[in-house]
Amino acid sequence: MTAFHSYRHPGLVPGSIGPHTQRLWLVRHDGPRNKSGVTMVAVLSLFLAVPALADSGLPPAALANTQLRDPALEAKAQALMVTLRCVVCQGQSIADSDADLAGDMRAMVRQRILAGESPASIRRWMVERYGDYVSYDPPFSAVTAPLWIAPVLLLAIGGWLARGSFKRRRRG
Amino acid sequence: MKRGLLWLPFLAFALLFGVVAYGLRAPADRLIHSKMVGKDLPAFALPAIIQTKPGLDTAVFKQGKPRLLNVFASWCIPCIAEAPQLMRLKAMGVSIDAIAIRDTGPAIQGFLSRNGDPYERIGDDKISQVQMSLGSSGVPETFVIDGKGRIVDQHIGDVREEDIPALLAALQGAK
Repeated sequence: MTAFHSYRHPGLVPGSIGPHTQRLWLVRHDGPRNKSGVTMVAVLSLFLAVPALADSGLPPAALANTQLRDPALEAKAQALMVTLRCVVCQGQSIADSDADLAGDMRAMVRQRILAGESPASIRRWMVERYGDYVSYDPPFSAVTAPLWIAPVLLLAIGGWLARGSFKRRRRG
Repeated sequence: MKRGLLWLPFLAFALLFGVVAYGLRAPADRLIHSKMVGKDLPAFALPAIIQTKPGLDTAVFKQGKPRLLNVFASWCIPCIAEAPQLMRLKAMGVSIDAIAIRDTGPAIQGFLSRNGDPYERIGDDKISQVQMSLGSSGVPETFVIDGKGRIVDQHIGDVREEDIPALLAALQGAK
């Protein structure tokens, strides 16, 4: 324990060193003295780490996490939200995402559905601003053509190969 | 003919290798560029967020002089990083207005007193509505607007020292 005291970092509050930290220290006891000190400070620094703020502290917009009262309208909004891509997290729909902007997008979708706007028109509005990127239902275009054509093409190649091998077998 | 076919798998492999090598050397652009660049600024009118500065509306951008529109927030860390560069632009005579995303008056006040205040007006966008109408996907972003209210350029992320010439050129070109 004396060794522990001599290596305690002056900047650390005694109360913040828990039983786990002490045990870590005792395991490291046999190493070179300087190195252990550095390791201990590094390990203790982990406990001081706090997450960086990347979101606002404001509460979510009304309707961001509240369903519409009319189940038919909510179903319409939900169907649209699962096909709109969150522009912050990039791999989730706005229905799945916890990002602030996704919440604000959900609020906007519900508000507009409530006001009687059609889902297709809301999607068009989003695509006009963020491009096809924002839609999980990409249209057929020069860029997406390979996605649609490749499976058909591969199937055709497979059929051609199968035909060839069946022919050979019959001859043999 | 058969001899030629022998090389086919190798060629396929070389092609795949080329694609992967290219992908490694030039990573995909993960930024979401606004499709509003080249179009008119959508109509909006945002209230003031602090008492000492007016709010922001579309009419401000139709006065014949190009301006910058900065989308920022007091809770955004890269916004602190870009603050000195915005101050530099202001010192060069560039007019900068801002939209504060999901923010409060006191927080903005604190941010401006800590990092400097390059803004002529700040609009309060509590639910990111105007941000979405601009096709902006985060903070900070800076839009270059010509004197007729048309968006001519978008800078995504914090403005760094090396970005200043391009912004100045865009402002110059918008005249």
